[in-house]
Amino acid sequence: MISNEAKQKLISIVGIENYDDSKAGRLVYSYDATPQFQSLPDAVIAPRNTKEVSEIVKICNEYRIPIVPRGSGTNLCAGTCPTEGGIVLIFKHMNKILEIDEENLTVTVQPGVVTLDLIKAVEAKGLFYPPDPSSMKISTIGGNINENSGGLRGLKYGVTRDYVMALEVVLANGDVIRTGGKLAKDVAGYDLTRLFVGSEGTLGIITEATLKLIPMPETKKTMLALYQDLEAAARSVSKIIANKIIPTTLEFLDQPTLEVVEAYAQIGLPTDVKAVLLIEQDGPSEVVERDMKKMAEICKEEQAVSVQVAQSEAEADALRTARRSALSALARLKPTTILEDATVPRSEIAKMVKVINEIAEKYNVKICTFGHAGDGNLHPTCPTDARDREEIERVEKAFEEIFAKAIELGGTITGEHGVGVMKAPYLEWKLGREGIAAMKAIKNALDPNNIMNPGKVFAKSTRKRVVITR
Amino acid sequence: MTTTKERNVIQQQFKERMNEDELMNCMRCGFCLPTCPTYIESGFQEAHSPRGRIALMKAVVDGLIEPDEDVERTLNMCLGCRACEPVCPSGVNYGHLLEEARDIIQKNKKHSLPVRLLRKAVFEELFPHPHRMRTITGLISFYQRSGLQRVVRNTGLLNLLPAQLKEMEKILPKVPTLKEMKHRPNHLPAQGKTKRRVAFFSGCLMDTMFMETNDATMKLLQLAGCEIVIPPQQTCCGALHGHSGEKNQAKELAKRNIEAFEGLNVDYIITNAGGCGAFLIEYDHLLKDDPDWAARAKAFTEKIKDISAILVELDFHKKGLKLPSQVVTYQDSCHLRNVMKTASAPRILLQSIEGIEFREMKEADRCCGSAGIYNIVEPEMSMQILDYKMEQVKETKATTIVTANPGCLLQMKLGIEREGLSDRVRAVHIVELLLEAADASGFTADQQ
Ligand SMILES: Cc1cc2nc3c(=O)[nH]c(=O)nc-3n(C[C@H](O)[C@H](O)[C@H](O)COP(=O)(O)OP(=O)(O)OC[C@H]3O[C@@H](n4cnc5c(N)ncnc54)[C@H](O)[C@@H]3O)c2cc1C
Ligand code: SF4
Ligand code: SF4
Repeated sequence: MISNEAKQKLISIVGIENYDDSKAGRLVYSYDATPQFQSLPDAVIAPRNTKEVSEIVKICNEYRIPIVPRGSGTNLCAGTCPTEGGIVLIFKHMNKILEIDEENLTVTVQPGVVTLDLIKAVEAKGLFYPPDPSSMKISTIGGNINENSGGLRGLKYGVTRDYVMALEVVLANGDVIRTGGKLAKDVAGYDLTRLFVGSEGTLGIITEATLKLIPMPETKKTMLALYQDLEAAARSVSKIIANKIIPTTLEFLDQPTLEVVEAYAQIGLPTDVKAVLLIEQDGPSEVVERDMKKMAEICKEEQAVSVQVAQSEAEADALRTARRSALSALARLKPTTILEDATVPRSEIAKMVKVINEIAEKYNVKICTFGHAGDGNLHPTCPTDARDREEIERVEKAFEEIFAKAIELGGTITGEHGVGVMKAPYLEWKLGREGIAAMKAIKNALDPNNIMNPGKVFAKSTRKRVVITR
Repeated sequence: MTTTKERNVIQQQFKERMNEDELMNCMRCGFCLPTCPTYIESGFQEAHSPRGRIALMKAVVDGLIEPDEDVERTLNMCLGCRACEPVCPSGVNYGHLLEEARDIIQKNKKHSLPVRLLRKAVFEELFPHPHRMRTITGLISFYQRSGLQRVVRNTGLLNLLPAQLKEMEKILPKVPTLKEMKHRPNHLPAQGKTKRRVAFFSGCLMDTMFMETNDATMKLLQLAGCEIVIPPQQTCCGALHGHSGEKNQAKELAKRNIEAFEGLNVDYIITNAGGCGAFLIEYDHLLKDDPDWAARAKAFTEKIKDISAILVELDFHKKGLKLPSQVVTYQDSCHLRNVMKTASAPRILLQSIEGIEFREMKEADRCCGSAGIYNIVEPEMSMQILDYKMEQVKETKATTIVTANPGCLLQMKLGIEREGLSDRVRAVHIVELLLEAADASGFTADQQ
């Protein structure tokens, strides 16, 4: 609840037109892309600049009003679901690209800039911003930074974290700090920039970011390899890397996914194959040619039943269809789609996919797995129906087992979607009690009143660890 | 204003009638947001986005929120352009959800007396009756030809109208006379070899106000080798009714049309208005719960095809069409593109014309803001969208704007007026330009 006094103060900061506490206005910020989570905020506020953000935060700190910063609400961990009410802070006014610095190769933006708009703007100048989450046409930089989002190009180019050079952050007490700079080298003080990356809005509000750019690669080539055997596909991945080739993209689809994709897109994929790899390389054309040739050889040596290298951009596009249609095909199957992102070391992929299929069978649920084979980031996806409580329970058990197995294989519960509310009960499995305690200490120091996105990352209680008997 | 009692009934009907599977199917990924014109033009307000609207509909069903003014407002603000559908990974059929929601609200809302009378007059007494449409159009014709229009314009009488209608008056096409409208053909032979036998859906507005466009369409069909049947029993497609929450009437019209076109033994039913075509092609959905009609509706919808699509199928673009040098751009009809899935055919045809330079405008697939009667009921948003559109048009330096739907055509003409470009830029329906090209290049039909 927001007292009338606090409300008037907030309105005096942003103006009545930027303060909305109508029922409908609150309802449309009660959800994000995470299935089964919904909760109304008390108000929605759209600040116009850093100063207003700072003033809002001060009021919220004084009156203990929770603040949920929100980009486009595409996160998959209930990270922007206002589970404890309070205000949702939106950045529709703070969505400008402030500067593209071609000498220092940086771009400086406000948090509400849409990822793809930024990518297009820098590409128009021959520059390259690699992090490309599948949601980039609507996700915001503020969201990307706070989830430390990855993308298809992550294997070769890294994730959002690797491109954040400097931040302007409003802390819970209203202080505005600037971290980092346009510097390749900078060891003055703690690396706070990295601390805020992936902090899911729980430590402060990002109001400006300077991101690193690199020159645009000259060319790019695409190929598709089909396998009768999961292990063979996984061996190809390992062998490619062992041969000191780091492709831009190394995407993977398993058989259940293939069946669904083929039924939906009818692109002539053989559905009896057990796995598909989509491989791309970019760079100078001689290097790309050489790498593609070598990788095609490796795939064949590893018993790929077919290896197709695209000869034109149109053909490349056709090859990418399979991977691109995965989500559409899966999302259409059932009313609810649960998209997870358990991640394991690259070397354990075949094992993990096999276990996922076994777990799905054990709980009698459909789980299709696709994802970024190159970096071990898998997307086991379950088409289900949230109204069927009994099935949902089995789905939850299955995923719990998948998380446990991922950790057992040296992996993690989430590779890129974040913890939020959704994964909070499992976080201790990955970090241990001491790890959580260290994080809590940081949280308490920076946000003693727990107003910054409360209820996220830290769970009220940890799930009992499932014991896998296999 | 809705009363509490009305709201309760509306809420109840949302629970009973809204397709819950379809609502749940939205996974709230937000992929539709960047394509939604009202989301963009409202300054990125989730309430004016497809995801927000679906969430509101679902919340009404779930009882989380009442169908209050704000909910109604965001539904009214929607253009119904359906640009949110092709981009949706989940395949959510937003258009159907919107139609159902609007129908429920309309049915249970007590309009003020004048609004009620106007709705009744337009939806029940006018559009479904071809002869009345002709009479009205005849009156306009009289207005235009008798000198009355000149008098009215000169005396400043128009200033009495709201700005919106005043501008509308200027862009009305030169309409045919009553006599011209009375003698419409029922059958036309192909020129040269008969390659297809088709039926032509002439439409209510199209066969009156836009009769010249219809004539051009039929002429092109003949040239392309089509024998044409034009069943006189056909009537208004019902789109206006369906989109304005008058679903029962839309169903009645659908049945009349299905009957009129059944048993004609034709390859296709051809339409030349994206808005009508898209509604016709979804008759199967409209009548899906009516056991007597579902199958008949399905057979009907399978035959619907837009004029551009059949012309491309019959290689009309390979016939050496020519026109004097000019820059041409194309504004998609939302429903032609998003529902009938016809986007490349018009472009193939235009690009085939020698002499013209075809320049794609930025975001040609974004709605022009016409959207049925949207530009009359939501003038502010409509004009904001139109102004953006005209910026993109001007960027191309086109002198000819081609459209594929009468609403879009009028809206583009309105845009040209508003920008003061009427001496340099024209807007035409694609069939008019194609016929111009056929005439200019001495087109002859294939003899074998
Ligand atoms: C279909 C689909 C595909 C996806 N694919 C990928 C993928 O390939 N890779 C990937 O990594 N993720 C993916 N995601 C997840 C999601 O899109 C990303 O996490 C994205 O970065 C979220 O951006 P957003 O603008 O929607 O942020 P939101 O969801 O609005 O917010 C995300 C988090 O950031 C915080 N936040 C937002 N702005 C600020 C700010 N200015 N200051 C402080 N905190 C802030 C929020 O509080 C929240 O904790 C996908 C999601 C969907 C639905
Ligand atoms: S794209 Fe489809 S699933 Fe995603 S938010 Fe929009 S309507 Fe919902
Ligand atoms: S129909 Fe058009 S205006 Fe309406 S929600 Fe979809 S994209 Fe937006």
